[in-house]
Amino acid sequence: MTTPRRLKPADAVIIGYGWTGAILAKTLTDAGLHVVALERGPARDTSPDFEYPRIADELRYGIRGELWQPLASETVTVRHTLNDTAVPYRKYGSFVLGNGVGGAGVHWNGMLWRASPEDLRFRSHIEQRYGKHFIPAEMTIQDYPVSYEELEPHFDHFENVCGVSGVAGNLRGTLRPVGNPFEGPRSNEFPTPPLPAIYAAQLFEKASAELGYRSFPIPSANSSVAFTNPYGVRLGPCNLCGYCERFGCFLYSKASPQTAILPILAERPNLEVRTSAYVIRILQDSSKKRATGVVYIDENGQELEQPADLVVLSAFQMHNVRLLLLSAIGTPYDPSTGNGVVGKNYAYQMCGGTAAFFGDDVPINPFIGAGAAGLRVIDEFNSDHYDHSKVGFIGGAMIYAGGTGGRPIEQMLLPPTVPQWGRGWKAAVRKHYRHSAPVTLQGTVMSYKDRYLSLDPTYKDKYGIPLLRITFDWHDNEYRMAAYTASKMEEIVRQMKPESQATLLMKPGNHYDVRIYQSTHTTGGAIIGTNPENSVINRYSQSWHLPNLFIYGASAFPQNIGYNPTGLLAALAYFSADKLKSSYLKSPGPLVSS
Amino acid sequence: MKGKRLLIWVGTAVTALVAAMGISFIGDEFAGKNAPFVSERNATLIARGAYLAKLGDCAACHSIPGRPPFSGGLSMGTPIGAIYSTNITPDAADGIGRFTFADFDKALRYGVADGHTLYPAMPFTSYYNTKPEDVQALYAYFNYAVEPARVPNRASDIPFPLSMRWPLTYWRWLFGSKPVPFKAPAGFDTAQVQGAYFVDGLGHCGECHTPRNAFMQLTAVNRADGPQYLTGAIIESYFAPSLRSDGAGSLRDWSEDELAQFLRTGANSSGIAFGSMSDVIIHSTQYLSEADARSTAHYLKSLDSQDRNGQSFAYDPSSDKALKRGDANSEGALVYLDNCAACHRPDGRGYERVFPALAGNPVVEARSPESVVSIIFRGSTTPRTPQTPAQFTMPGFDWRLSDIQVMQVANFVRSNWGNRGPQVTLDDVARLRTKSH
Repeated sequence: MTTPRRLKPADAVIIGYGWTGAILAKTLTDAGLHVVALERGPARDTSPDFEYPRIADELRYGIRGELWQPLASETVTVRHTLNDTAVPYRKYGSFVLGNGVGGAGVHWNGMLWRASPEDLRFRSHIEQRYGKHFIPAEMTIQDYPVSYEELEPHFDHFENVCGVSGVAGNLRGTLRPVGNPFEGPRSNEFPTPPLPAIYAAQLFEKASAELGYRSFPIPSANSSVAFTNPYGVRLGPCNLCGYCERFGCFLYSKASPQTAILPILAERPNLEVRTSAYVIRILQDSSKKRATGVVYIDENGQELEQPADLVVLSAFQMHNVRLLLLSAIGTPYDPSTGNGVVGKNYAYQMCGGTAAFFGDDVPINPFIGAGAAGLRVIDEFNSDHYDHSKVGFIGGAMIYAGGTGGRPIEQMLLPPTVPQWGRGWKAAVRKHYRHSAPVTLQGTVMSYKDRYLSLDPTYKDKYGIPLLRITFDWHDNEYRMAAYTASKMEEIVRQMKPESQATLLMKPGNHYDVRIYQSTHTTGGAIIGTNPENSVINRYSQSWHLPNLFIYGASAFPQNIGYNPTGLLAALAYFSADKLKSSYLKSPGPLVSS
Repeated sequence: MKGKRLLIWVGTAVTALVAAMGISFIGDEFAGKNAPFVSERNATLIARGAYLAKLGDCAACHSIPGRPPFSGGLSMGTPIGAIYSTNITPDAADGIGRFTFADFDKALRYGVADGHTLYPAMPFTSYYNTKPEDVQALYAYFNYAVEPARVPNRASDIPFPLSMRWPLTYWRWLFGSKPVPFKAPAGFDTAQVQGAYFVDGLGHCGECHTPRNAFMQLTAVNRADGPQYLTGAIIESYFAPSLRSDGAGSLRDWSEDELAQFLRTGANSSGIAFGSMSDVIIHSTQYLSEADARSTAHYLKSLDSQDRNGQSFAYDPSSDKALKRGDANSEGALVYLDNCAACHRPDGRGYERVFPALAGNPVVEARSPESVVSIIFRGSTTPRTPQTPAQFTMPGFDWRLSDIQVMQVANFVRSNWGNRGPQVTLDDVARLRTKSH
């Protein structure tokens, strides 16, 4: 094995050039550092990669995943329990992995939530409200070492960077008749107004109001009007084209690193972006108290060493954890003893849905849709927004209506009783396509002792490097949460008065099935906390282990929320970026005493 | 005696030729009144020269990517072969390091250098009016602030005898502007004066925006010189629109503010720059001071319009209403809906400073179809300036649309929403499809 060729040192190296990589690239180059950003995938930009009309190709991008990580080169292995043998995830199903400049920020839907204030101190909150013994022993949930109030300006800033469309429910402590009644106080109104509800969402709005719920527009990083963000970057307007998640946006409207941040980084002389640069290891010095750079494989298969004084790990939740384990940074979590933190508290999301099938007179027109804009949601049953004393579980789900599009392969909602092929299927499609609407629940998953990430003992990527192994299955808590919130969802759908409806839901006995899409909101493994025994990073996303290593992404979440994670992980990144600017860069060292 | 007659004819022709060449030689040698140069490394003067070099956009021709700034090498096609821009760095061997101030002035305003007349690709026909103090500033900049570069000049691809330069002297005498320093025209206010000095001179707007005659000379070099001044011309495969305020396809509906904003950022509420103008914005006019941008806009808006009775653009909502009703029966409507409406919208208004409006857009309404059809074929990317860091790209549709479809949709956009651009023919489209490759 030859020694990697050593390159000229940089002040900082960024691993992964997606959302948090771009945020940190801006922060560090603003501060005058010479920064090298390494992205394992290709360069990507709206033009030429997401151009209309070629991007509106469901087979190419939505099924074959041309913008995603090629699983044949690198994937993960999955098993349910500690006694099982994990096998590779060979075909996309349950979650979708980004690749290339922009990462998953290119193909996401753009649902841009904050967290509820109680989400950030979830353990304490539950214990205070329901008693110390309410949380089952096998649940390893814990508080964030940072509060909603501290993160609020950063939530606000990122929402402005993304031109988020929506309406505030709680403006500086004043509750308003519109917007989310459960949200924490916002210092400002949303930067752009919400798009009108698509028809399915209008029906949901009416039905949920009749049942006494407060629906509101989902906060959408699908800018509703042409908008210039605080960096001077202009975003385009969303026109509900129906090709949101899985696709790049051709209208410059879905916020992505490309549309929101990269234009101002484009000509910075102190930023160097290298694509097709696959980082395989973070290097430490002999004392193992300092990171010294990274080793990566370039497009010619050469191993290169990029030395740097500061290492930013922003490679996506799963890859962050994999790199920490491969680089032997920190103690890997051992579920049998409970020791170690790297890989601990892996969590996911539990989703379900009810499809409403209407008659010919109800023009749902599902092809009118966007990732988040035009949809309506209720938050009554999410988080701890309602009394859980008698329900027998912790957590909840947001419930929203409207589809993100009417794409023929994956978004053809049909009653479960119709034939799966042939003449009968075609007749069913003709009957139902323009008249069916989905209502979806997206719910919390807690963290548990026996749900974690580690390195696989058998399977390797195309370079011979061990894959990450996911040990995960649902717990009773989540089945009960889903059953309860689904019953509320079904009630709303009945109120919408369809001709028929059908619910898809995980029940006890249904194991985690990697073939069925849930969401890509995988979390944990490098969690945030108050000390090195209970976490991998401190409140500034700084590694307890190596003070010049900062780790960003949903790997920080100690348990998952019901909302989409991007808002929270971006706020944590901006919170950390501020501290880098004000303290760390002037005087590097541990920012929190441990 | 045939032989003797032939000899006399040949002798006369040769003598005339030699005389012509000789006259040209003498004419070039003695062109230009010598003016003294105050030789100082004056920082203010150099800074002024740097600013003027941007306004004159010297870099557009004399700087190419991958080579030292101002070292030349840009290939410019002519019907008789490509010519290459020269090295104007102060290098003594390969650049203009040995130019005296008089030499520099002669090149800039008279179009004569190294003993011969320059190809009018060098717009001396516009630079002629540069004031003496500004020529001094430019000379100071090019001598003291530009890095000398050892990059030899490349000979043109024009074959002998067409490569002989002496006919250019006659061109210059016939068609070159009289190189007198700028004098404020009577009746101009201060801003007009300032604007005219730039537009007629270093800005050399007319080199693209004024039509040319049979010998490629400009039909008018300033407002006083003729009514064709800045009325629009074909450049490569685009039509540089009229900068006057004279009806459809002109700047009649742009305010001075919008015009100034366009020059400094490449975009305003009515449109976004494309083609060669993008380069002009990026390398030149984005650097206009606010005052200079305003006076430029003021001057352009003050140009007498040929058609004072021309109506302002009046938006017609019926096209939008028809499309939203599902009525796509008019010629090109369906092509528009399937390809264009996503960005430019059924109402033709686009999104301000993201996707240009087509309704009331001078480019769309222009009498020549070059720009509209070329852009449909090849697309366009908006220019990047510090105020407009995000670039928006329209994709090309040459791979997707047939000539007939391009003609239909071009006619659709030129005749809907109140637009009154003339019809595009299939011949226009076919010609431009080949031209765009």
